[in-house]
Amino acid sequence: MIENIPLQYFLIVGTLMFFIGVFGFLTRRNLITILMSVELILNSVNINFVAVNRYLYPNNLHGHFFTIFIIAIAASEAAVAIAIIINIYRKFSSINVENVSSMKN
Amino acid sequence: MNFTYTILIPIIPFIIFLFIGLMNSKIKPSLAASLGTGGMLISFILSYYTAFLYFFKSVKVDGAYQKIIAFNAEWLHFTDKLHIDMGVLLDPISVMMLIVVSTISLMVHIYSIGYMKGDDGFNRFYSFLSLFSFSMFGLVVATNIFQMYVFWELVGVSSFLLIGYYYQKPSAVAASKKAFIVTRFADMFFLIGILVLSFVTDTFDFITLTDTTGSAITQGGSILFMGMSTMTWALILIFIGGAGKSAMFPVHIWLPDAMEGPTPVSALIHAATMVVAGVYLVARLFPIFEISAPDALMVVAYVGAFSSLFAAIIATTQFDIKRVLAYSTMSQIGYMITALGVSGYGGHEGVGYMASMFHLFTHAMFKALLFLGAGAVIHAVHTNLMTEMGGLRKYLPITHITFLLACLTIAGVPPFSGFFSKDEILVAAYHHDKVIYFIQMFVAGLTAFYMFRLYFRIFWNTEPHYHHTPHEAPFSMTFPLMFLAFAAVFSGFIPFEKLVTSDGLPLDLHTEWEVAIPAISVGLIGIIIAFVFYKKESSIPDKISQNLRFFYRWAFNKFYIDELYMFVTHKIIFNGVSRPIAWFDRHVVDGTMTGIGKATEFTAKSIKGFQSGQVQKYGFVFVSSAILLAIAFIFYWFY
Repeated sequence: MIENIPLQYFLIVGTLMFFIGVFGFLTRRNLITILMSVELILNSVNINFVAVNRYLYPNNLHGHFFTIFIIAIAASEAAVAIAIIINIYRKFSSINVENVSSMKN
Repeated sequence: MNFTYTILIPIIPFIIFLFIGLMNSKIKPSLAASLGTGGMLISFILSYYTAFLYFFKSVKVDGAYQKIIAFNAEWLHFTDKLHIDMGVLLDPISVMMLIVVSTISLMVHIYSIGYMKGDDGFNRFYSFLSLFSFSMFGLVVATNIFQMYVFWELVGVSSFLLIGYYYQKPSAVAASKKAFIVTRFADMFFLIGILVLSFVTDTFDFITLTDTTGSAITQGGSILFMGMSTMTWALILIFIGGAGKSAMFPVHIWLPDAMEGPTPVSALIHAATMVVAGVYLVARLFPIFEISAPDALMVVAYVGAFSSLFAAIIATTQFDIKRVLAYSTMSQIGYMITALGVSGYGGHEGVGYMASMFHLFTHAMFKALLFLGAGAVIHAVHTNLMTEMGGLRKYLPITHITFLLACLTIAGVPPFSGFFSKDEILVAAYHHDKVIYFIQMFVAGLTAFYMFRLYFRIFWNTEPHYHHTPHEAPFSMTFPLMFLAFAAVFSGFIPFEKLVTSDGLPLDLHTEWEVAIPAISVGLIGIIIAFVFYKKESSIPDKISQNLRFFYRWAFNKFYIDELYMFVTHKIIFNGVSRPIAWFDRHVVDGTMTGIGKATEFTAKSIKGFQSGQVQKYGFVFVSSAILLAIAFIFYWFY
């Protein structure tokens, strides 16, 4: 089963997801989509961790631990980020990231 | 014999100073005066008791008075060898100074009750007097040269505060600043001298320093610096400090101006006690001066002789009675300094040392009396100028008699005390250095002349029109006059040669008539000339000053020493040194700092456009830089 899929496939998927996430993070204007892009980046890292752990050190579980941590942190981060987004919306009546520039200069 | 209680002599005035100073506006003037005077009375009684015990009851070794450490505590500890102590040293001169300081200080405390009555700063005045008494006691009982330096500065501060007592008067403020700056300038040399001396001898302690068989004296002078031993340099530097306090030429300029202070202060600080600190300092270190640095002692002798002549000439031309007394003080201190300079150590050679201390004692009494008498006169007629006085003998009988006694004493008329002490000084000079002897003889005549000029101008001469009839001072002011007159007249009979000598052994002296008779004669000549000139209104003095116009003006303007100082400080130091330094400070030091600030501001302004506030731009910069870095590292590691 899974042993038949080489490691490179997982890494290719992870890399693709990572750059899709980065692309979305840099190009989207909507804060919610930016948040989703960040989640994509995190998940690509998760895939890498799990795959590398499985192929290189099958007897250890360190990669899995990291993955679980990252999922937990991503969940709390999403909560905080959405709270921030709500506040931004209340202040600027918009969640367009280009409008949030009152700290410039 | 246990002398530990002597620590109370300085401590009591200190506590009173703190109390009056802190409670300044809360207590009544009468309480401040009685506290100050009462505390001083205790110190006075303790001082006399100590003197009695020391001179008559203490244990002598081979007939010589010993130096006793009555109290000693380590104050600052640096290493086992380098530490600064505070303590009480009793030896003949310090015990004698305790008597002088406590007597004059007590008299001035009593006198000030009347003199300062109703003054706004009455409590402040008494707290400063106590501070001064504390500092002066601490100075005279110092066990080591550093303690002496500490108290030396403290008396300087008290003097500064008291000269500037009438702080609403610009002239008083200027005088206090002048006194402080000039003496501080001299004290800088004193401090350097202390450091050099302790570097050479490895100790601050007076007993170790002045031990004639100890290593400090026998080996101290071995290192040479610019042709003289370091010991000589150190002692000359220390003497400059002493000269500053004692108003010796050329750092005397502060003393006449210091007369801006209240008259009791002039009597206490600028006549009897603080200004003799320089004499006391030289006497304290006398064995080192005499044995390992005779060149420095030579400097001492000539500075003293020159100052006494210089000041006596100026004193004959002045019209402000307090200034006449100030120059007279300077001249008499010159006498004491010279006497030390022409003295040897031990036995009959040491007569100059004994004479100097003797003159210090008698001078303190009669000069304090003269100042307090002048204060009573000023109190009565409200002016300092002798041209506005005259005929006061009818109005101020007690002041008149005591002032006359003091004048006779300072003129060296036997059997008053000034005759004995001045005679011993002249004897010492006669056997040691004839030049100094003739200078001092001439000064003795001048002294008699200017003192009786003062006396006749104030109490005889023509009576001007007074706005209101002058009246005799209250008892609190006349009592000190009478007490000090008694001391001035009879203190000559104290057998000083048995008590205060350079090596502690009693001397056997008798009057040398070949010196005494000329001394008495010049004194009498001076008095007679003054009598002829000033007893009645006379045109002779004006004629003489007309004939000697150039010299008279020169002396009247104090030989233009003040102007010389102004020229040197303002024209040369300010223009030549201070201005370039100020320019350097303003343009180079400050300029560097301002430049750094300006550069930072400029850089910040020019790059602040980068901070656009667009999160995604930051993100783009971050990600692209990370990718570039990653590429660079990959390239670096794998190829």
